[in-house]
Formats: sequence, C-alpha cells, structure tokens
Amino acid sequence: MNYLPGTASLIEEIDKKLLVVLRDGRTLIGYLRSIDQFANLVLHRTIERIHVGKKYGDIPRGIFVVRGENVVLLGEIDMEKEGQLPLEEVKIEEILAMQQEEQTVKKQEEEKKKKALVERGIQPHVDQIQEDF
Amino acid sequence: MLFYSFFKSLVGKDVVVELKNDLSVCGTLHSVDQFLNIKLTEISVTDPDKYPHMLSVKNCFIRGSVVRYVQLPADECDTQLLQDAARKEAVQNKKR
Repeated sequence: MNYLPGTASLIEEIDKKLLVVLRDGRTLIGYLRSIDQFANLVLHRTIERIHVGKKYGDIPRGIFVVRGENVVLLGEIDMEKEGQLPLEEVKIEEILAMQQEEQTVKKQEEEKKKKALVERGIQPHVDQIQEDF
Repeated sequence: MLFYSFFKSLVGKDVVVELKNDLSVCGTLHSVDQFLNIKLTEISVTDPDKYPHMLSVKNCFIRGSVVRYVQLPADECDTQLLQDAARKEAVQNKKR
C-alpha cells in the first residue's frame, strides 16, 4: 500500500464506516482508524453483525485490531442503503440462538457427507485451519 | 509485475471477482496494487440471498490473497500481448 495514483490504497477508507468480512465468516462493521502494508486494521466502534436468513443482530465490540491475513474484504457502507435494508433486526440472544441452530444443521449435513464419502472409500481431508468464511 | 500491469490496463472495465470463500462480486475495476489487491466500485453480489451482508455496500476493497479468479470480458484481453509479455518476463527471470 503506497501513495501512487491508481493503486488500491486503504488510505482513502480511513475514518469511513466499513464492513469487514473475515476468513472465519464473521462480519464486523466499524470506523477504520489505522492501516498498514499488510492490511492490518484498527476498527473503532465496532459491531459484529450476525446474519441468519432474513434476520440479523448486532453485538457491540468496541475497538478491534484485525491481522491482515484474516481479512477477506472491506466494503464502504452506503448510509442510505443501510436505512433501506430488507432485513429485520432482532435481539442478540435471539440471533445467537438462531445461529446455533444453523450451525447444528450444517454440522449434521457435513457428517452425512463425510459418512457417504468414507463409505465410498475416500478418506476425509483434515485442514489445519477451519476456514468457515 | 506482469499481472499488476495487466490489471492496470483493465481499470474501468467490468469484472467479476470470485473469492476463495465462493463469494462472487461483480463490479467496475477501480484500482489494483502490487499485491493484486483489488478495489471495485458499483458492486453487485451475484447471489445476494446467500450473502445478505453486502446489501449496503457499493464499493469494496478485496485483499489479493483471497482472490480465486478474476473473470474478464474476452474482448478486453489481448492474449497475444499477454503471451509476448510472459515470454519476455521468463527470459528476464532466466537471465537473473
């Protein structure tokens, strides 16, 4: 990241309200305060937004320092569109419960798939880092 | 440097970036850097139901390390030029 024109720089995103997608699947929304050449970020007034179906819930997280290697993408939040989201905001407890359900269902499906593969003689491939995106 | 220069020549064109997490983002290439980080404007997600969090985002910065593919319109790409440039790079690297 440098100051040459035409290069993708995060400098322009400083102090903007950004949506950050991490490799583990989490979505953070916060004001970008600091960056470096590795895309390490400092986010201020961060909230973690959990989406389940058409509903979402926000958890206030304060200040986040994110290591660049975990960043998937950064999006500039358009405040107008934020006000017109076709999604319903629910309480934290509710969204966490919904997320748990979603995780259990996903896990069950994964187990079924694994079983089917093993039955056909394909050994399960174990990844070092679980990347959920 | 070859692909950095190649992407620089594509600034302003519409591309679809497919990420390693299977998310596909369509948008106009705004800028690129030496790490092949990509900035897109006027983005649209090709499957918005699966990824609802991108609804309020118009411009985005994508870290180069998470890109799987960059899909380009075929007429924007001069394959002969690319081949020649790649050959030149290969010769240069061999000399080094």
